[in-house]
Amino acid sequence: MKILYFAWVRERVGKTEETVEPPAHVRTVGELVAWLAARGEEYAYAFENPKVIRAAIDRTHAKPETALGAAREIAFFPPMTGG
Amino acid sequence: MGTVRLQREDFDAAAEQRRLCEARLDVGAVVTFTGICRGGEGADAISAMTLEHYPGMAEDEIARHVAEAEARWDLKGVTVIHRYGRLIPGENIVLVATASAHRADAFAAAEFLMDYLKTSAPFWKNEERREGGRWVEARSEDDAAAARWQPPSRSREAAE
Repeated sequence: MKILYFAWVRERVGKTEETVEPPAHVRTVGELVAWLAARGEEYAYAFENPKVIRAAIDRTHAKPETALGAAREIAFFPPMTGG
Repeated sequence: MGTVRLQREDFDAAAEQRRLCEARLDVGAVVTFTGICRGGEGADAISAMTLEHYPGMAEDEIARHVAEAEARWDLKGVTVIHRYGRLIPGENIVLVATASAHRADAFAAAEFLMDYLKTSAPFWKNEERREGGRWVEARSEDDAAAARWQPPSRSREAAE
């Protein structure tokens, strides 16, 4: 699946997007965050406080408990500050 | 019916307002809201602000809320324009314009749309100061403002 990062999550991870293949036991957004956080120092830093991380599955807001299902594109970002 | 545009370029609020009323006699009220980049003062002065967005999702998310506004209020037209990229203080950031037969619908829909743009449209502001760039933190007041538009059964969940 394709993962996109925005704002300071992007800066901390050090990339705008990447393709990953998480293992089958990673079934929800929250589990994906935990799996990503264990991939290295930069990921641990980006996801150090999962409570402030927001996510979208295929361009729709998702919660930590949302199932990944057949998601093609998952995005992680801080709380939004538009308007 | 609504118009949603994301763009780097500036917009002309007066021209957008004219477009909403053009060639129609059923519009009795237009509310336009323009959000402008603040400059800050003294040590907190901002030299520029960069708006990052999630292309694709930003348009979808705004269009969803425009459709919801159209379902909740009797609107004759809606225009939302949100800029992205680097802006300097004094520049326009966002325009919400709503047209209706009577003022209450236009006022309520404009406020609803702004409250949702603040909390659910995927945009992030980075302010440039003398010491460097800093990401703007989300404000709990903005979450509270958006939560008041939710039906009672959902407002408790949103407050958590």
